[in-house]
Amino acid sequence: MPDEKQVPTFQLDGVDVPFQPGQTVVQAALAAGHYIPHLCYHPEFKPHGSCKVCTVRANGWTATACTLPAKARMVVESDKEDLNDLRRTLVQMLFVEGNHFCPSCEKSGNCVLQAVGYDLGVTSPDLDYFFPDRPVDASHPDLLLDFNRCILCELCVRASSEVDGKSVFALSGRGIRKHLIVNAESGRLADTDISVRDKAVSVCPVGVILRKRSGFMVPIGKRRFDASPISDQALRDAPRPLTRATEAKPAEAPAAGSAPRADASAKQDRA
Amino acid sequence: MRPVFARAAIPRVPPNDVMPPDADRLARVDAILQRHGADRTHLVEILREAQEPEGWLPPEVITRIARAVDLPRARVEGVAGFYSMLHLEPAGRYRIRFADNITDRMQGSEALLDRMCESLWVEQGKTSEDGLVSIARTSCIGMCDQGPALLVNGRAIPRLDTARIDRIAELVRAPTALDAWPPDLFVVEDNVRRPDRILSAAFAPGEVIRATLARGAGPALEEIKRSNLLGRGGAGFTTGIKWQTTRDSPGEERYVVCNADEGEPGTFKDRVLLARHADMTIEGMTAAAYMIGSRRGFIYLRGEYLHLREPLLETLARRRAANLLGKDILGTPGFELDVELRMGAGAYVCGEATALLESLEGKRGIPRNKPPRMAEKGFLKLPTTVNNVETFCGAALIMLHGADWFRAVGTSKSSGTKLLSVSGDCARPGIYEYPLGVTVQQVLEDCGAERTQAVQVGGPSGTCVSANEFRRRLAFEDLETGGAFMVFDESRDLFEIARHFAHFFAHESCGFCTPCRVGTSLLRNCMDKLHEGKGSQHDLDRILRLNRVLKASSHCGLGQSACNPLVDTLKRFRPAYERRLQSFEFEPAFDLDGALARARAMTGRDDPGAHLRETENG
Repeated sequence: MPDEKQVPTFQLDGVDVPFQPGQTVVQAALAAGHYIPHLCYHPEFKPHGSCKVCTVRANGWTATACTLPAKARMVVESDKEDLNDLRRTLVQMLFVEGNHFCPSCEKSGNCVLQAVGYDLGVTSPDLDYFFPDRPVDASHPDLLLDFNRCILCELCVRASSEVDGKSVFALSGRGIRKHLIVNAESGRLADTDISVRDKAVSVCPVGVILRKRSGFMVPIGKRRFDASPISDQALRDAPRPLTRATEAKPAEAPAAGSAPRADASAKQDRA
Repeated sequence: MRPVFARAAIPRVPPNDVMPPDADRLARVDAILQRHGADRTHLVEILREAQEPEGWLPPEVITRIARAVDLPRARVEGVAGFYSMLHLEPAGRYRIRFADNITDRMQGSEALLDRMCESLWVEQGKTSEDGLVSIARTSCIGMCDQGPALLVNGRAIPRLDTARIDRIAELVRAPTALDAWPPDLFVVEDNVRRPDRILSAAFAPGEVIRATLARGAGPALEEIKRSNLLGRGGAGFTTGIKWQTTRDSPGEERYVVCNADEGEPGTFKDRVLLARHADMTIEGMTAAAYMIGSRRGFIYLRGEYLHLREPLLETLARRRAANLLGKDILGTPGFELDVELRMGAGAYVCGEATALLESLEGKRGIPRNKPPRMAEKGFLKLPTTVNNVETFCGAALIMLHGADWFRAVGTSKSSGTKLLSVSGDCARPGIYEYPLGVTVQQVLEDCGAERTQAVQVGGPSGTCVSANEFRRRLAFEDLETGGAFMVFDESRDLFEIARHFAHFFAHESCGFCTPCRVGTSLLRNCMDKLHEGKGSQHDLDRILRLNRVLKASSHCGLGQSACNPLVDTLKRFRPAYERRLQSFEFEPAFDLDGALARARAMTGRDDPGAHLRETENG
């Protein structure tokens, strides 16, 4: 369109993707309807690129698509066999690092790790399990912390400080001993100011932060990712500043424009 | 089996040394906080000092500090939990940590550690029941030229032998206050073996600054660029370009930071530079500050070099008194710089410049996302240059003698000289300064190495070269190095060396990104499996697969280079791996008999009938 101001684009797997200045590759790709597998990236929070599942090749160099600022004429490869293989290994690493027993997990079917694993075709853990000893924290009357399933995505850390204004969660330790801690001298969740209505509670992509007395209310088979794969839902949920009259504020644009979900987890997300 | 109970003969800690009442404890913390102006960017320093009296950070101390610096408590606890020198659990009144570089082991550190554990009746990694002493291992502490070495409450004691171990055990058992220990124990030698331009430089304090002022900021920077001075820490970035970008980036303040967090195992040249040439280093920083327009500087000194802290503070004070730091330096209106000394607290990853800046800001030492570059958004998001100690020394000499003089030695791509930290199997370990481009062979001859099997150039994250490569050159275009040069003779098992390095990376991974956090531990476990004779071809393939994953997707250089020692030795010394393989097919890592160890411990049984292996063999 010669008369209109040209929207800059980059190339993703051979397709031109338009972007707005300031957008990262993942943001622009999702907005334009192209899925790049990701885990710790969440459209409502500033990306930090720790899980590395969204690793792409940009102009020949690997980078995390969630933190990589989109640049005009950049050539990005994502849906390539070697990159998907890399992503499968990263997901397997997260599975063996913790203690994940999908069949008995309350989050099964609503779990982002599980969903990304299915979507990428991860069929076995392949790597050796670590079987870490991670006691649960059941001190809070309404919430349970099951650290066995933590993938250290820091979404609860970010949500609690950025949205809830509380900083209930933080990280301590380093290396394979890195772990989630709570903001209390006793180290117990009951002694923090967390509330069941906090964003930090609903944002957990895996089964670490769970509401008590609501387990298995929705049967497995009727849960969020039982309906459709995460690659479809991520596109549906992506904020689309390009197609809207006004740019959506990231903090308010979660699943806002998306089709209503049939299951209870959608409700849970907004509680 | 080592006894796990405390022996009655060990005297209890005197009553005046028992845990002080809480009010005293908090009053002491408040005094520390006040001294630091409750500045949250000083958090690592505050935590270090707060830990001093009791050897650990009790929960209420963390709470007190968090409140004062106005941070969530969990954030402060997370910072303390990141650094290996900070303890969130009670530790002994004497905290002994044996340096555990491969060179320390080659010098017999393990037998010495056992001897000390036995003599003090304490298990490695534990605290004695009376709270007197805890003994553990720590990564390389930069004393490889005079190992084995250890740290007592952060203070280094090198050149360990059985006599020294027994003396230390005696002092602990007495117990003698650390300040009253014989000073000869703490003497650190410089071991300068081959001085060249930097190590033999002599000039009066202020000369470099005068030379820089005479040139003027712009021309001085051009001279640095023309010299092609490349970063001496190992990455080899062009110093002039870094400084130019910092100078050109907008910001209310600019910072010049000296990276003295020399953590790469086998490296100790910055220790010697700061002990003998602190003035040259600070003159280089001051010259850089003049060129980029900075008024504030930091020296980030690794926590293990505590013995350099007092001398450096004295040097800084002397320079302030001589108007070589402070306002209107040497009477030049508006030329202002103050340099602050900051201590690290035990984290190899903080040698990565952006992780170092996070630590300087009082945070967990996690490398940052790039872009933005540090030259644009560094310390407190303001333009910052971070350079190695040796780089500042090189810059100082360029100011004195000019770029042509500097380029006169070295190769066309790698100008100047380079300090090497030589350790391992050689007659004369220590510091060697050579023009860049020197061959591995030349260094081996000079340091008195014989029957050399391999050299680890640049530390575990560098390159392992075998005998047929000793003609290769130490230069940025061939064997890049931050200075480590560890020599292994024919008696050494290269597999065990690589396994040791795998443990090192797993211990030092910051844990931010999945591939490095999980991958380095998987590699460690894989090497341990091979070591135990349970490996197969499958495991060798796995190492190569993990190498691809870590190289492609790790957040920083630590993860990207964590597989180097394994891949290098697999390529060059494959038989060292293959003779350990039980079969060329798959062998499971899971050890059923090992899994029953806890049950055996609980039932107090260790007889053959309680073991599966024995039953099978029988």
